[in-house]
Amino acid sequence: MSLDPRLSQRVARVVLWAMTVVTVAVLLFIIFFILRRGLPAISLDFLTKNPVDMGKGGGIFSTILGTVVLTALAILIATPLGVGTAIFLTEYTWENTVTRVIRFGAECLAGIPSIIFGLFGFILFVTKLGFGWSILSGGLTLAFMLLPTIIRTSEEAIKSVPSAYRQVSFSLGGTKWQTVTRVVLPSALPGIVTGIILSIGRSIGETAATIFTAGSALRIPTSLFSSTRTMSVHFYILAREGISMSRAYGTAAVLIIAILAVNVATYYLMNRFIKKYS
Amino acid sequence: MPTEAVAIRVRGFSQFFGPERTLANLDLEVLRNEILGIIGPARSGKSTFLCALNRLNDLVRGSRVEGRIEIDGRNIYEPDVDVVELRRRLGTVFATPIPLPRSIFENVAFGPRMAGTRDRMALDEIVRDSLEKGGLWEEVKDRLDTSALKLSGGQQQRLCLARILALKPEFILLDEPTSGLDPVSTMKIEDSLRKLKKEYTIILVTNNTKQAARVADRTAFFLDGELIEVGPTAGIFTAPADKRTDDYLRGKFG
Amino acid sequence: MNRLERKDRLVRLALLVVAFSAVSILAVITVFMFEQGTPIIFKYGVKSFLAGSDWYPSEKSFGLWPMIVGSVYVTFGAMVIGVPFGLACAIVLTEFASKSVRRIIKPVVELLAGIPSVVYGFMGVVILVPFIRETFGGPGLSVLAASIILGIMILPTIISISVDSLQALPPAYREGSVALGATKWQTVRMVLLPAARSGIIASIILGMGRAIGETMATIMIAGNAISVPRSLLAPVRTLTSNIALEMSYATGEHRQALFATGVILFIIIMALNTVANVTSARRRKAKG
Repeated sequence: MSLDPRLSQRVARVVLWAMTVVTVAVLLFIIFFILRRGLPAISLDFLTKNPVDMGKGGGIFSTILGTVVLTALAILIATPLGVGTAIFLTEYTWENTVTRVIRFGAECLAGIPSIIFGLFGFILFVTKLGFGWSILSGGLTLAFMLLPTIIRTSEEAIKSVPSAYRQVSFSLGGTKWQTVTRVVLPSALPGIVTGIILSIGRSIGETAATIFTAGSALRIPTSLFSSTRTMSVHFYILAREGISMSRAYGTAAVLIIAILAVNVATYYLMNRFIKKYS
Repeated sequence: MPTEAVAIRVRGFSQFFGPERTLANLDLEVLRNEILGIIGPARSGKSTFLCALNRLNDLVRGSRVEGRIEIDGRNIYEPDVDVVELRRRLGTVFATPIPLPRSIFENVAFGPRMAGTRDRMALDEIVRDSLEKGGLWEEVKDRLDTSALKLSGGQQQRLCLARILALKPEFILLDEPTSGLDPVSTMKIEDSLRKLKKEYTIILVTNNTKQAARVADRTAFFLDGELIEVGPTAGIFTAPADKRTDDYLRGKFG
Repeated sequence: MNRLERKDRLVRLALLVVAFSAVSILAVITVFMFEQGTPIIFKYGVKSFLAGSDWYPSEKSFGLWPMIVGSVYVTFGAMVIGVPFGLACAIVLTEFASKSVRRIIKPVVELLAGIPSVVYGFMGVVILVPFIRETFGGPGLSVLAASIILGIMILPTIISISVDSLQALPPAYREGSVALGATKWQTVRMVLLPAARSGIIASIILGMGRAIGETMATIMIAGNAISVPRSLLAPVRTLTSNIALEMSYATGEHRQALFATGVILFIIIMALNTVANVTSARRRKAKG
C-alpha cells in the first residue's frame, strides 16, 4: 500500500493526535474525578481529627501521621545507604564482575512487585523478628523496597558527571574525597535528589507493602512498635468495605495533592540546581 | 629555594598500563625557567609523559612504572611522596579547556580552597593575581561571578591557566593547549607563556611543530614512547641529529 | 601520608561498610525469598506447580496455572492498550507538539506516574466495571477491566522513557532526513523510531514489569476467580493478587507456596531485565 507521503502524514498526524488527546483526557479525567468528589470532603477538621467509628466519621489525621512517619523512616534509612553505596561503587571501585552483579541485582530488585516486599517484611520483621505489625516493620520494609531504586538512580546520576571534571580536580591537587564532595556530588545532586523524591512519592502511595507490615490500626501511634495505617491503606479499606465514600474520596484527594506537591518540589529543586551550576 | 639549573631529572623511566609499555626508558632533563617543547606524532607518549610527571597516571587502572623521576633531587615515585602536594607544584593545562560548572571566580579559587585557603580577601587577591598572569583579567574583571561556561574557547583555556597559577606552582605543564583555538587566542597564550617562564618552568606538549619553534627554548622529539632526541630548538629544527626527527619535521609522517 | 590522605582512607573505609551493608540487605532479601520458596516447588514438582490447574491450599494442591495465565492475559492486555497510546503520545510530544503544549502535558504525565495504584483500582471499580457489565455483560470484574486500568497505569512509564529516548537523538537525524525530502511522519517512521528502538523497548519492558507486579488495582477489579479465564469478560486472578489475598491467613506449606509465587515473579523480572540489558548492549555494540 503506497500512499502519497503527504497524505499518509496527514492521516498519521490525525491518528496520533487523537490518541494523544484520548490519553491526556483519560489521565486528566482521573485527577478531576477524584478531586471533584474529594475536595468537598476536605476541611481543617478532616485533616486534624482522628477517624471515628472505623472511619465512618471523623477525619484522617492518624493516617496522615502514619504516612509521614513511615515514609520518613524509610527514607532516612534508605538514602544514606543507597547514596553511599552508589558513591562507593562508582568512585571507589574499578568496574569488575562484582560491581556488575551488584548492579544487576539492584536493577532486578528495583522491579520486584511491592507485594513481594510486603510478604518478605511480614515474614521477617513481623513474624520472625517479632516486631509485629508496627512502624518499625513497615519502615524497614519500605526502606528495603526503596533501596535498590535509590542505588540505581544515584549511580546513574554520578556516572553522568563528565570524567573531565574529576580530572580537573585531581590535577589541581584534590584528594579522592575532595573530588567527590566538591565536583562529583554537586553535579550529580539533581539526579540523586530526583531519585529520592520519586521514592518518597512511591512510598506515600504504597499499599501492598504497608498493609501487611505496619498493619491498619487507626489510633495515633505511640512508639516504633505501634501499628499504624497509612492514607493509601485507609483509602483502600474505606473504598473496599464501602464504609464512607465521601471520606474515601477525601483521602484520595489528599493523597493526590500530596504527590502533586512532591512532584512540584522536584521540578522546582531541579530548576534551581540547574540554574546554579550552569 | 631551588636554584639548581636542572629542575627535573628523568632517569630510565618507563610507564606501563597493564602489559603495555607506553613510555620506554626515558632519560631527560628539564632545566629551570625554560620552556621545553615536546613534539611528536600522535600516540608517541607525549601526554602520558606529562601525566607521569604529575602522577595522574596513578588514577588509571593497571598503572606501573620503572625508573625514577627526580624533582629537586627527590624521586617523586617514592612511597611516602605527597601526591596531592606534587600535583599542586606541577599545574597542568589540558587540550580541551574544562571549566567547572561554576563562576569564573570559583573556578580560579577552586584549587586554593581545596588546599585550605578560606579567607575571602586572600582568595580575592589570588584570583586577581592569577587571572592577570593568565592574561584574562581585563576581559573578566567585571563579571567574576558569571558562569565560566559562558566564556569563549580561548578565554576558557586562559581560565584553566589561571586556575593552576592560583596554586603558585613551580612548573606549568601544557598538553596541546591551543589545538582547538583560533590564532588570536593561540597567540595570547603563547605570549603569556613567554612572560611566565621568568617565574616558572614550562613544559609544552604540542602537535604543532611551528608552535614549538616559536615558543620553546629546547625541544624534545618523542616517537613510540621513546625520547629520540632533545636539544636547543634552533638546532633541532635546522640540523636534527636523528633521521627520524628530520623525517617528522619534514612531514614525511605524523 | 598527610592529613588529607588519611581522611581519604577513612572515608573509603566508611563507604565500604555502607556499601557492604546495603549489598548484604539486597542479598538477604534475595536469599530469603529463594530459601523460603524453592523447597516447596521441588517438593511438588516444578511441572505440577506451574501447570497444575487446581489451587486448593487446604488440600495441599498448589497449581498456579490459572494465575499464571491470568497474569499473562492481563499484562498482555495492558501492553496492547498502553504501548500504542503511550508511543503515540511520546511521538506527538517530541515531534509534533509545540513547546507550550509540551510544557503542559509532560508534567501532567509525570504527575500521573505517582498516583497510587489503589486510586486507579478504585476508578476501575466505580466507573469501568459497571460500564463493562452493562455494555458487554458478565460480572464486569474481568480481564478487560484489568487490562484497561493497567494499560492506563503504565502509560506514564512508557511515555516518559520513550520521550527521553526520542529527545536524546541528535538533531542531525531529523535534519538529514528532511534534507532528503522526507515528511515528518516518514522521518519518524523510518529514522527516529528505529534509532530510538532500544530506549523504547526499555520503556516497554519497564511497563511490562510494572503491569506484572501490580497488586492492589487488580484485586479490586479483576474478579479474583481461581480459574483460567475463557474470555475477556471473565474474572481472573493474577499471581500478585494471589499472594496478597491469601497472605494474612496462610500458614505452613500454604505460606511457602506464596513465597514460591514470589520466586517465580522474581525470575520473570530477572528475565525481563536481562532481555532489556542485552538489547541495549547489542544496540551499543552495533553503534560502535
